[in-house]
Amino acid sequence: MPAQIEPTFPTQAGQAATVAQRLLDLAKQAPEKVILRLLFNQAPDQPITYAELLQRSNGYAQALAGAGIQPGEVVILILQHGADLAYAFFGAILHGAIPSIMPFLTEKLSPEQYRRSLAALFEICAPAAVITYPEFESEVRQAISPHASIRTLLLSSQIAWPAEAAEITPTKGIQPADIVLLQHSSGTTGLQKGVALSHQAVFNQLESYSRALHLAPADVIVSWLPLYHDMGLIAGFLLPILSSIPLVLLSPFDWVRAPYRMLQAISQYQGTLAWLPNFAYNFCAQKIRPRDLEGVDLSSWRAVINCSEPMYYRSHQLFLERFAPYGFRASALATCYAMAENVFAVTQGGIDAPVTIDPVSQRGLLIDRLARPPQPGEDVISMLSVGRPIDNTRVRILDEHHHDLAERSLGEIALHSDCMLTGYYKRPDLTKKAFAGGWYLTGDLGYMADGEVYVTGRKKDLIIVGGKNVYPQDLEGLASEVAGIHPGRVAAFGVPNPDTGTEDVVIAAELEDQNLDPEDPAAQAIADEIRQRVTRGSDVVLRYVKLVRRGWLLKTSSGKVARSANREKYLSESDNFSL
Amino acid sequence: MNNETIQVLAAHIATHIIKQPKRVITPDEKILSSGLIDSFSLVDLSIFIEEHFGVRIADTELNPETFDTLAQLAGLITQRQ
Repeated sequence: MPAQIEPTFPTQAGQAATVAQRLLDLAKQAPEKVILRLLFNQAPDQPITYAELLQRSNGYAQALAGAGIQPGEVVILILQHGADLAYAFFGAILHGAIPSIMPFLTEKLSPEQYRRSLAALFEICAPAAVITYPEFESEVRQAISPHASIRTLLLSSQIAWPAEAAEITPTKGIQPADIVLLQHSSGTTGLQKGVALSHQAVFNQLESYSRALHLAPADVIVSWLPLYHDMGLIAGFLLPILSSIPLVLLSPFDWVRAPYRMLQAISQYQGTLAWLPNFAYNFCAQKIRPRDLEGVDLSSWRAVINCSEPMYYRSHQLFLERFAPYGFRASALATCYAMAENVFAVTQGGIDAPVTIDPVSQRGLLIDRLARPPQPGEDVISMLSVGRPIDNTRVRILDEHHHDLAERSLGEIALHSDCMLTGYYKRPDLTKKAFAGGWYLTGDLGYMADGEVYVTGRKKDLIIVGGKNVYPQDLEGLASEVAGIHPGRVAAFGVPNPDTGTEDVVIAAELEDQNLDPEDPAAQAIADEIRQRVTRGSDVVLRYVKLVRRGWLLKTSSGKVARSANREKYLSESDNFSL
Repeated sequence: MNNETIQVLAAHIATHIIKQPKRVITPDEKILSSGLIDSFSLVDLSIFIEEHFGVRIADTELNPETFDTLAQLAGLITQRQ
């Protein structure tokens, strides 16, 4: 077992002070090592060595320098899965600029809405440059307003590669406390919060997290996670590349159509570690044909780490039952609690010992706000532990007055570490609100027991679907625009779906016309219009649209639609749903 | 017959994928690019087609360029049967 081997991170890569220096050191130590292997749908796998990664990234750094982009300025990357995304990202860092990866336009999202999101992002983080493909240039140009901060639109086709990588030096004067990257959540609301992380914070996270994982030279990380998400960017990109651990990277778009490709990649490249949102366990267990698993051997997999959305014991069981015949080990089931504001991991479970399962009373959790054993006749929830805090991070459970709560009491999870965000970029107001006495308030609810953390829900109304954060106000805004809906009388919320292992997104909306029956075809046309608007405007697919008469939605004392109360009302009225 | 194929597909999608059994899906309505069927359900659709019609739809074909309506999908199925 790799547990006895010293972690590679602090020793092998030396004590570089910046990410750029680290990449240079690694490329000097092992120029011919294949550090990244890109998998494609209908093209051969593309191996990339440290030397190539450095040389090509330097091409982007030179192009940024040539365009007059200054160190410390923000560069937005609008690129899909592929080598250019990796090169442009490290190129910006080599130059001392701050890269931020923006999701690419999908077929479902309306180009107008995408342009609006881009324009909003440009407004908030005032980038100096955008890097994209020549085919996408006109799309991006349309989002750049005349007074925008952007001075350069750099195209992937314009990058020249100096023949030799011999004399590459990173920009001088970059300090460990400087911001190295920005990470945004998606949606109108998410874009407001660009999590700014320093070189030092990233290093501190990677060092502590590597120890928690017992990261070792024999490890191979396999990922299909998008790089605009913290789990993809940190666990599935920076951790391996900056730790000299080979990374096999697939596209999320290919994975969702062919989830077996990840398992074939684990088998082919002796993958040892992968991070997955909970729904992926159900998805893989249910949607892979036996013929696509012929010859697949998963015995190299030492940890598959459940992270980024509420996790279910049943999902782990489904996954284990389905893949044990292919060599998958029960001991590989692991969990993690993570957030961009802590760079990534807060806790890690299932590495040193199996994931702790805590059977607690459902009534205790919901009514008494206490994770206590069930009394006779009470329903039991098998809570999965997310493990212990990694060694640089401390966790507290706080009540509404920010006082510590007793063991097993439910409260807000707060954390403190040496890898916290520098701040939400250019939003000191939001940064200030997120902290109390130096502790970051996560908005997640949970409890601690025997030093382990359990996450039970969220204080905020955030919906997490398939690992992606969705802000209900974004969806409500879109649905409110539909003719026939009483403006502002819309509630969006998530309801857990045990079959898929993630949340279904529901919109309940009040009809303007008091006499219109919600079952009437005319009302159904309105429901279709809501679906369409929400999908085109947010790339989120609604599972249910519930049209109701005026007065159905519950409001708070201040007259706002109360999401959680309406969610409860919706659930109590649905006959096809039980917790 | 294409019409029959369309009906079987429409019933399956309404009942099992979007879970609105009463929802009428017309043959020329866009089902992928409209977001009616989300990307997480594409594999379900191809598994159903393989089991019910004995026709394989490759994962590289699960996109609106290959089919975006029931009529197009039914055409593809008939062609391969």
